[in-house]
Amino acid sequence: MTNRILFILMLVAGLTAPLFAYPVFVMDLLCFALFACAFNLLLGYAGLLSFGHAAFFGGAAYVTGYVTKEWGFSPLLGILAGAGFAMVLGAAFGFLAIRRQGIYFAMVTLALAQIIYFLALQMPFTGGENGLQGIPRGHLFGLIDLNNSLAMYYFVFAIFLLGFGIIYRTINSPFGEVLQAIRENESRALSLGYDVDHFKLLAFVISATLAGLAGATKAIIFQFAALTSAHWQTSGEVILMTLVGGLGTIFGPVVGAITVGALSHELSAYGSWVQVILGTIFVVCVMVFRRGIIGELQRLISRKGG
Amino acid sequence: MQVIMAQALLGLNVGVFYAMLSLGLAVIFGLLNIINFAHGAMYMLGAFIALIGYSLLEQWFGISLQIGFWASLLVAPVIVGILGVLIERLMLKRLYELDHIYGLLLTFGITLILQGLFANYFNVSGTPYPGQPEALSGVVNLGFMYFPTYRLFAIVFSLVVCFATWWAIEHTKLGSRLRAGVENPDLTQAFGLNVPLMVTLTFAFGAGLAGLAGVLAAPIYSVSPLMGADLIIVVFAVVVIGGMGSIMGAILSGLALGLVEGLTKVFYPPAASTVIFFLMVLVLLFRPAGLFGKEK
Repeated sequence: MTNRILFILMLVAGLTAPLFAYPVFVMDLLCFALFACAFNLLLGYAGLLSFGHAAFFGGAAYVTGYVTKEWGFSPLLGILAGAGFAMVLGAAFGFLAIRRQGIYFAMVTLALAQIIYFLALQMPFTGGENGLQGIPRGHLFGLIDLNNSLAMYYFVFAIFLLGFGIIYRTINSPFGEVLQAIRENESRALSLGYDVDHFKLLAFVISATLAGLAGATKAIIFQFAALTSAHWQTSGEVILMTLVGGLGTIFGPVVGAITVGALSHELSAYGSWVQVILGTIFVVCVMVFRRGIIGELQRLISRKGG
Repeated sequence: MQVIMAQALLGLNVGVFYAMLSLGLAVIFGLLNIINFAHGAMYMLGAFIALIGYSLLEQWFGISLQIGFWASLLVAPVIVGILGVLIERLMLKRLYELDHIYGLLLTFGITLILQGLFANYFNVSGTPYPGQPEALSGVVNLGFMYFPTYRLFAIVFSLVVCFATWWAIEHTKLGSRLRAGVENPDLTQAFGLNVPLMVTLTFAFGAGLAGLAGVLAAPIYSVSPLMGADLIIVVFAVVVIGGMGSIMGAILSGLALGLVEGLTKVFYPPAASTVIFFLMVLVLLFRPAGLFGKEK
């Protein structure tokens, strides 16, 4: 019930947002929201902390940028190529990372992601420190001009809803139930006959693909694939967003992405203080606020109800 | 041949820093089961304490006390160690009951805070450390080449620290108590040993080791707020390759990977910054527990 109300709220807010906010800013938030939702699928529902999700986000952005700029792919096809790349990369990383557990898993994903970062820095087509610039927005289905910011906005919102829908369906399916069982007690899930590694890998690939979808879309919006998207601090930021919003809740990552995104935007004039503030939020969340905004709200509501 | 030897020595120079940092991580991980993400930031902090103590104390606070390099080797680890005590006592302590990822996330937050604070006051491109002692300037003739005295000192000094730590943990009474605390905290406590105090001091020691590495690095690399940020991820890869099982594993794999990186610079320079990560992939494929780790 609460979820339905929240979903309608999100839909209304998403559809009307360009009326009262700067569309490019909202699009940026939507990309991060999708990225955080994809990340949350992994940590919140399967209990796997990936510290390398920036590789999928940033890597997909570069691929999308390259194929639309150099090979003349249409924007939609370009985004699909980016997400496809993230899917393949996710399968490879996932295959390697699930061999280790817990914090080792986090370290392995972090180190693997660093390979992508160095490639993005050194490969001839990526523009090094400057990033890949001049990505065309192009025409959707050859008809709708995406240089129109409203058209672009609703296209991005549709992609967000699609990604969100996929995550929602994944979580509320038998597959999602098994993931949660693995999160709660891996050895019990194993003894019930579930091929735990297989489930984990599949969750990793879905999460990586959707993170890639978010990064690919971002490249089209800003016409730019930035090196920072692939940097490990971006992996950290997406963790922060998920944590602030509420780990293992469906809407938490969306709320978290908006909160953190808006905060960084407001504070951007203060230079490196942003980092200090984000770090402090991180510490506070871990220490006293582990349920996150949505998690705390849910607790309040259920307490009132019960 | 000369080039190879030179790069090997320079690689060893990097390797001792890897070894010291992964050793600190291993010590902390052993007793607390927490990966200290802030380890890189503590290394950076050590270097900055040396820099500030040498040249900025007077300028900032009007204190005419100049802390030279030798004093920094003592002062910086102590300060970083005290910070470690505070972090462990005030924050990490409350997280032990929870999933270990919370410890990683907390220390990540601390990393952001420390990096951000220094980035506000210092140039990210780095400040050179002016306090390299007179006695260590110049070069030594090694027979086959001339090598900077300071770098040679850094190698020898770190090796001594690393192996002393290994010896203390494996061959002293204190070390055996620590290992007992890792094996079975409840039983160790029942024997009258103060395990929480041991945990705190271990964390402080690991942090101090990172601070010490920072002071040693200051005269070689320029001191910058981000100097620990990229290093820590390489050290994570070193840890995965070595496996967290043994103290010796952390030291040896750190040294070896420094060498590998140095030699890659000779044969195929563009891969030098990624070769360790590729090795990590190989190790994961064939020996997921790491070279020195024990399979669970």
